[in-house]
Amino acid sequence: MEHQPPPFFKRGPAPLVRLAFFASLSVALLVIDARFRYAEALRSALAAAAYPLQSIAAAPGRFLERISGFFTSQSALLGENAELRSRLLAASLQALRYEAAAAETEQLRRLIGAAERLPFAATPVEALYSGRDPFARKLIVDKGTAQGIRAGQAVVDELGVVGQVTRAHPMAAEITLLTDKDHAIPVQVLRTGLRAVAFGAGASGTLELRFMAANAEIQNGDQLVTSGIDGTYPPGLPVASVVRIERDAAYAFARIVCQPAAGVERNRYLLVLANEPKRLALPDDAESERKAVKGKRRRKDGADGG
Amino acid sequence: MAVRSEPHPQHILLPVRVTTVVASFAFALFVNFLPWRDPALAPDFVALVLAFWCVRQPRLVGLGIGWLLGLLTDAGSGVLLGQHALAYSMLAFGALTLSRRIQWFPMTQQALHVALLLVAAQMVAIVVRMAAGADFPGWRLLVGPLLGAALWPALTFVLLIPQRRSVEIDETRPI
Repeated sequence: MEHQPPPFFKRGPAPLVRLAFFASLSVALLVIDARFRYAEALRSALAAAAYPLQSIAAAPGRFLERISGFFTSQSALLGENAELRSRLLAASLQALRYEAAAAETEQLRRLIGAAERLPFAATPVEALYSGRDPFARKLIVDKGTAQGIRAGQAVVDELGVVGQVTRAHPMAAEITLLTDKDHAIPVQVLRTGLRAVAFGAGASGTLELRFMAANAEIQNGDQLVTSGIDGTYPPGLPVASVVRIERDAAYAFARIVCQPAAGVERNRYLLVLANEPKRLALPDDAESERKAVKGKRRRKDGADGG
Repeated sequence: MAVRSEPHPQHILLPVRVTTVVASFAFALFVNFLPWRDPALAPDFVALVLAFWCVRQPRLVGLGIGWLLGLLTDAGSGVLLGQHALAYSMLAFGALTLSRRIQWFPMTQQALHVALLLVAAQMVAIVVRMAAGADFPGWRLLVGPLLGAALWPALTFVLLIPQRRSVEIDETRPI
């Protein structure tokens, strides 16, 4: 090729060169994000740019809800009202008993010199949409660091734990649900006090108790609550109930499948528990060591606790 | 393929306006952010619109825009940064390569070409996630791209509406 194309045909670098450039840029970003988590500032900026579209995208659902609410029949409303009233009655009865029990516990804890448990504030949030990622169970909600939401806070609904805030952007936050494959939560069997760690099972929408001995004291229908020893989840929140136990003589561990107590993949309105409950101070050497590794294993904190 | 005796009529279109392109990308992102019931089966509209503009306007839309859209999608849906960026820039490259050829085919065969592109882009995303340690989520993940390719004729019709001339037939006018 001796002749050069006229300058008005110039179109910059060849497509293959551009592809190599952008592909290597993407791979570099992938490695930085997956291995080191250094790209959070860029991610926050991009998420802020995408936020207007996300909030608009949640609008049609809200609009439909309002329309269907307008046409709800009176009998349905009356029925719902009656049901809510009966639930309120039951709940307030429980609350009365709870207050008495909490005062008693507080007194006992003071007697034995244990740290007092602080009440935690809660921020109500609304789910914008579930992350469009078939590999993970995530939820994007409509409040972020501007409203005091931080990564690592627990998320609940009226029935139990839903998940954990894993990323907080200025206007939105990302919640990893209990059923996500990478999510672990330390639990306790309410009946026996046995401690375990529940892992998400991914697409099936269930949880799994791993590494439980085949002869562990656990049975179908057992309630699991958070044990609180990870410092992320406050103790005593309902997590799941055991639905199936498979004990196989060939394996050392039983396979225990649990159904989440909360409407993990259904609810639109959730609560983010704002304050971390008080925990014992770490020794000085452990504190400095913990600070050094904190960035790397912020999410895995729960898994090591149990 | 044999040369057809009566070729597909090629309409002369008005030049594209940048606002049309930007609006179509914004709308595609909006549709992708809608709460889909099953994300594995939902077609990826951003990929589809990107392929469309890369085929129709290869000088205006290319790899850079695909890469940026991919980053926005990544941050918006909370996946690994760069996953969609890589997939979309490869998709844009494929569409640019096909852009001279694809428009001579009838609509169904164009859709087949696009199906190949979309499936390849999805496979890139799957490979990236599996390299990062995820399980293979099953072959139904390929249903979304195929549905997207089936939407190609409708998408072409809709996105070309702003560029169509008024349909007043004037015998004295040369074009």
